[in-house]
Amino acid sequence: MNLIECRDLTLGYDDGIVAEHIDFTVEKGDYLCIVGENGAGKSTLMKTMLSLIKPAGGELKFSDELKRNEVGYLPQQTIVQRDFPANVREIVMSGNLSRMGFKPFYGKKEKKRADEAMEKLDITGLAKKSYRNLSGGQQQRVLLARAFCAADKLLILDEPVSGLDPKAAKEFYESVRKLHDEGVTIIMVSHDMHAALSDSDHILQIGGHKQLYFGKTEDYVKSKAYYKLGLNSHPRDSRKHYMAEYHKAEN
Amino acid sequence: MDGNIIQQFLFYLSFPFVWFALIVVALISLCAALLGVTLVLKRYSFIGDGLSHVAFGALAVATALGVTQNTLVVLPVTVLVAMLLIGMGRNARIKGDAAIAMLSTGALAMGYLIMNVFSVSSNVSGDVCTTLFGSTSILTLKPADVFICLGFSVVVILVFIFFYNRIFAVTFDENFSEATGMKTFFYRGLLAVLTAVVIVLGMKLVGSLLISALVVFPALSAMRLFKSFKSVVLFSAVMAVICAVSGIAISVVCSFPPGATIVMMDIILYIVCELAGRLVKR
Repeated sequence: MNLIECRDLTLGYDDGIVAEHIDFTVEKGDYLCIVGENGAGKSTLMKTMLSLIKPAGGELKFSDELKRNEVGYLPQQTIVQRDFPANVREIVMSGNLSRMGFKPFYGKKEKKRADEAMEKLDITGLAKKSYRNLSGGQQQRVLLARAFCAADKLLILDEPVSGLDPKAAKEFYESVRKLHDEGVTIIMVSHDMHAALSDSDHILQIGGHKQLYFGKTEDYVKSKAYYKLGLNSHPRDSRKHYMAEYHKAEN
Repeated sequence: MDGNIIQQFLFYLSFPFVWFALIVVALISLCAALLGVTLVLKRYSFIGDGLSHVAFGALAVATALGVTQNTLVVLPVTVLVAMLLIGMGRNARIKGDAAIAMLSTGALAMGYLIMNVFSVSSNVSGDVCTTLFGSTSILTLKPADVFICLGFSVVVILVFIFFYNRIFAVTFDENFSEATGMKTFFYRGLLAVLTAVVIVLGMKLVGSLLISALVVFPALSAMRLFKSFKSVVLFSAVMAVICAVSGIAISVVCSFPPGATIVMMDIILYIVCELAGRLVKR
């Protein structure tokens, strides 16, 4: 079943087009990675999916099942947050607000939901800890728990491991995988090609103002787009590696 | 000597009006501290400062025009400017700090000029000093002002409590809030209006140059010591009230200017919290 259907979408703001002819679908239970160079339009696409900006053309259809407040979002960290006096529970709890209508205060239902989200991401022990005293990896997991608390059907993650050390990044990917295994649909914007290839089941690559690839991850490594990516964006010695990979995939 | 001071203080307290003044000062400090937490965390502290100068300019115009209830002029003007500064903050053409510097110094100069050229009283420098640094004694507050302050500060506190969870969410992460369907535009506007109201009210008390102190000091003090948002808000609210009441008490007894005395108390509080924070960390 299609959660999101995107037909000939044009991305852009009033002052110009970022990318056009974007075509893809996201089905329930998918794990889609959106890759591409800086400035290719990944974050514009994401903002469009979050209905923060309107599509400049084409259409982006959400299934009826997916209301706007059922999309969870993990934004990139801001400077304000790094030194913010709030404990983990307060932050995860705030994920509830989008579903509360005009209700001003949290009730039992919201508390339970927040506790469940914290449990799922193994941060129950951190509940009373201050956000600013956590490690980068822990902070990201707190924000993931908040996103999950806001919506348990679809999560959109914006470069979630940028700035994390390799170990923290690995743990974070594990948490995402765990949520995915339980049926949560994941859309992740990423720079980390390695993780994109090993974890996702679909890849969308954009670059040069257009879509370069959309399809299954297993087919992606055999694609021209993947080969070119290796040639363009990697230093010399890894070029060899990608060539080798490409030939291996071809044979 | 001590007996004298206490006697003098009790003598002051025998006027119900002094009680009103105390309550109003406590309430405004409380409002300023509540909003202060959000303003400081959102890096909006300077907006408070800029707004108070705009309020000064508006007050000068109101006085020159001979409006008796000048709050009725000053408040809408300040609210409007606050909406422009905070509301459009994200995609403004002139970057925040420069815009505020321009606006606040401009308003200050214009206000002083108008006060001099169209002076209605014989003591211009006295008037200017009062608007900049607050009245010389709380006993010179007008009853009408006291009641306006009382009403508005109660409204500000109730609105803050009602929207507390949402204010937290928007302060912590505006992008997330917006993406999950919250009307962040509304909350930015709300914050702007509340800030403007508190600044206009507090200006009569501690003056337009000092009102920012009531906004930033309690919040910064609380952040030295506390880890959760709720405890930071509660502690800064309680401390703001304590500083305000003790500041007024000292100013009454020693006949110090109340605004400056309250701010001194806030500074002492900050130093104590900073030191305590360092001790706890060790």
